[in-house]
This record gives sequence, C-alpha cells and structure tokens, in this order.
Amino acid sequence: MDEICKQIRRMTVECIGSIGSGHIGGSMSIAELMKVLYFDKMNVDPANPKMEGRDRLVVSKGHAGPVVYATLALKGFFPKEWLYTLNKFGTNLPSHCDMNKTPGVDMTAGSLGQGFSCAVGIAIGSKIKKDGATIYTIIGDGESQEGQIWEAAMLAASKKVDNLIGFTDYNGMQLDGNVEDINSLGNLKSKWKAFGWYTQEIDGHDCEAISTAIDRAKAKKGQPSMIILKTVKGKGISFVEAAGYKSHSMSMNKENVEAALAELQ
Amino acid sequence: MMMREAFGSTIAELMRKDERICVLDADLANCNGTAGLRNEFPERAFDVGIAEQNMASVAAGLSSYGFVPFISSFTPFATRRICDQIAISIAYAKQNVKIVGSDPGISAQLNGGTHMSMEDIGVLRSIPTMVIFEPADNEQMIQALPQIVDYNGPVYIRMFRKECPDIFGKDYKFDLFKADKIKEGKDITIFATGIMVKTSLDAAEKLKAEGIDAEVINVHTIKPIDAEAVIESLKKTKCAVVAENHNVIGGLFSAVSEVAVQNCPATIIPVGVKDVFGEVGKLGELAEKFEMTEKDVIEAAKKAFAAK
Repeated sequence: MDEICKQIRRMTVECIGSIGSGHIGGSMSIAELMKVLYFDKMNVDPANPKMEGRDRLVVSKGHAGPVVYATLALKGFFPKEWLYTLNKFGTNLPSHCDMNKTPGVDMTAGSLGQGFSCAVGIAIGSKIKKDGATIYTIIGDGESQEGQIWEAAMLAASKKVDNLIGFTDYNGMQLDGNVEDINSLGNLKSKWKAFGWYTQEIDGHDCEAISTAIDRAKAKKGQPSMIILKTVKGKGISFVEAAGYKSHSMSMNKENVEAALAELQ
Repeated sequence: MMMREAFGSTIAELMRKDERICVLDADLANCNGTAGLRNEFPERAFDVGIAEQNMASVAAGLSSYGFVPFISSFTPFATRRICDQIAISIAYAKQNVKIVGSDPGISAQLNGGTHMSMEDIGVLRSIPTMVIFEPADNEQMIQALPQIVDYNGPVYIRMFRKECPDIFGKDYKFDLFKADKIKEGKDITIFATGIMVKTSLDAAEKLKAEGIDAEVINVHTIKPIDAEAVIESLKKTKCAVVAENHNVIGGLFSAVSEVAVQNCPATIIPVGVKDVFGEVGKLGELAEKFEMTEKDVIEAAKKAFAAK
C-alpha cells in the first residue's frame, strides 16, 4: 500500500478513535482517491484555501468527513491536532463536511444527492468565469439511489460540463445492507454512459489507475466524466472489512484503534 | 404591466450592471418573465428542466463560486418540493441564493389545488436565516430587487406574476426590512401582505364610513418581521386583523401573533386560508370561497374592534 494512503488511513482511524465511533467504512474505501486528488492532481494551496481558480472537491457523500479531514491535515490545511476534535462540541470538523467550518472543504454536504448538484453548479460557474478549474466530486453507491443524482447527471451532460469529474465509491454496501439487496443500481456503468457521461470503471484502490483515469477524463472534451471506483468498504483494516455493511459507522474504541494502526504500519 | 414583466425587466437591468447575477428556471421561464433573459445573457440565464431539487443545489454551487443566482418556479415547487435543498444546500451552507416563487396561494387560480401553496411561508419561515418578501405591487417589486441583490443571504420572493393594481407611485421609497405604514389610523391595525394589501386598503376606506379608523401596514417582509412596527401599532390600536393569501397557520398571522403575544397581547383575527387545500377557480371566486374578500376583512375588523 502506498505510504501516503497508509498515513491517510492511520490519521482517519485516529480521528474517529478520538470520539470512539464513526463512519470508518466509507472513509477507508476512498483513501486512494483522496491521495491521488490532493497529492497528485488538484491545484490547491493549503496556505490559501480560498484561492481563486483553484480546483475543487465536493464530497457529496458527506459522511466521509473523517478521511477528508485526515487528507486535508496531512496536506497542511490545518494542524493535525484538529483531528482529535472530530464531532466534539464546538469543533471545526463535524461529522459531515461543512465548508463554513473546515479550511479546504469546498462545499457543505450530508443530505445525500445535494452535493453532486452543487458540484455541477460549481463547474458551470467555473465555465462562466473561464478560469480553467477542474471540479471533482465523490458520490456513494447508496447515494446513487437519490433521484437528485440523476437530475444533476442529465443537466451536466446536457450542458456539456466537461470540467466536472465525478467518482462513484462503489463499495457495494450502504447503512442497511448490501446495495444489491436493498435497491440495486443495475448496470451502473451503462446508466452513466446512457446519461451522456464519459464513463470509466477501475480498481478504486489502485492509485496508478485512478491517476490515469483522471488524465483521460481531463482530456475528454464536451462531456462530464464519471469514474466508477470498485472499492472495498473498510479497505485496509481486516476487521473493518469483515464487518461488511456494519462498518458504515462502527465503534473505534482504544482496542480497535490499536489493532487498526498495527495493521496500517 | 404584469408583475412578471416588472420582475424580468428589472432583473435584466441588474444583470447588465452586475455580472454575478444568474437566473435559473425549471421549465416555467415563460410563466415567470425570465425567458427573454437568455437572449441577452446566454451563459447566466438558463433552464435546468423540470428538476427543481437540482436547480436549488446547482444554484448553491454557483453561489459558492461567487455568483448571485435567482431560481424561479411556481411557489409550491420553489418551496415545499425543495424544502431540504433550501434548508441544506442554500441556508445551512450560507449560500446567497434568491428564490422566486410565483402564483402564491389562491392566485394559482385555474391550475388548482396541486399548484396552490398555502404553506410556503410557513415552510420557509421555520428555516433559519431565510428572508421572506412578498411585494404588494410592481413598484415594490422593482424597488425591492436591487435591495435583495445587495443583501447577502437567502431570500424568498413571493411573486403574484399577473396583472395587479398599482398601489405605489414612482416617488415611493421603502426599506426591505421595515414594514410600511400605508394608512395611519387609531382604532385597529390591519397587517396585510401581497394581494391582501389592496383588499385591506379598500376595506379600511369602508370602515372609515362606519366610524372605525383603521391603520394599514404592508408587511412586505414577513421574515424577519419588523417587530418594532408591529408593537408600535398594536400599542396604539390594541386590536388587529392579519390579512394574507396563505394558510392562517405558519404565515403572517403567526408571525404577527408571535410578536404580539410576547410584547403587547391583543385580539388579532386572521383573514386567510383556514387550513384547507386549494381548488380550481378564478381569483374572485376563490377569495369568496376562502373568505378573503374586502367584506371578510371588514367583518374581521369589526369583530376585533368589538372585542378590545
């Protein structure tokens, strides 16, 4: 495993461990993506988080806050000590991402489906301003059951919003169980293609593959891009992976934290 | 002039001066006076199709990018249908989005019950930071829009989109956040908003002939309500009627009562839709059916006056 990805995972574990429980499963599944975005691809400046014309990320699956915070802290947006304030009263790091609280967070999200539309709006805004920014957004597979996702999908393709790159964290699990059992997404790749998106499906834990897919998406003109990431909920920590859908939000007591950190050395 | 024309032409003027302003529609641009904007501002005025939830959040995204988006639809689709998007993408995220809902309450007329929002003020009034504005005529709409653009935060504009009688002349000036005493009186206060302002002014004239000197206050901004104006008038008249084109639950009657009960309890009688759904009909027919005519305001005023 890539050293930075390990570090992001360790910091996410410590972050959630500081409050004893949280959204560990869906945080672990996007660690590679967060690494590639913030350490290889995105034009951002931790010293100037509101920099004009910067690339932006909307984490529409807002419950992945902990892995976002770990990545932003590692990148230098705020001190690492902040990670230990997750969900504590008065914190700048609330359970779900909040642009008005956390430096480096570009949009508030948590009510599923909405962040994705916001990202489409941001990408349209960037096109009006012609500032050349790339707008990234991450949605969950469970989140894809929201009708608003598909309203936004239609509009982005219709308006040829080609500065928008979306990722689906397809870990196959949601709070109540397996996506397939609850409300199957069917052939997700075909759906995105049919909605007019340039669609790729890759291993979401392969940094090289993510990087290449982003380069291809950036080169594609006239269409928004969707990169479906085949991922594992809880990736990298065996007992979290084994918890299956129950890792959506689970206990990270002292014992669990120690076991997880030992595995992530 | 129809109010939607006043709205469309004023917005066009503002868009010429201010490149931040965008206008998004959900397939009702031809109803709301915004379709013409697309010719002059093809990038900043566009249709998202029949997808109001997406429209609200896309607007929030644009706002986060420094734009001042106006989104427009009929009131039920601009409010109750997208309540969560307004609450979270817009208000909670502190985005500067202006929401224009047309055809409020019974003014949806022949579109009937499905298109009649009797609850839109109530729905949005309980969302923190929302400003709720309902103009009484075209002049007020024209003067409000630059103030609404200057104000940084979410605003709901409740627009009667069709032909409406003029109340104010060109020399009229008003402040978005101050209720407007448009007729001085000492016996009773009529707090009114939207189409009920003209009805209330007419009722006040008739009441005068019957020896009741009514004060009429145009509460164009229902949230934040101008508490000072409510208290000052009620301390003088000690009774009131609240006239609104909305359910008597959650709207202006509730807003005025909330101020009164804490500061200057008085008999306050509502004139509005009494917690029932709408139905098809012409404005006059519906006003009769829902007891929102000049006669109803007069009767309510007499009752309140007698009770004090």
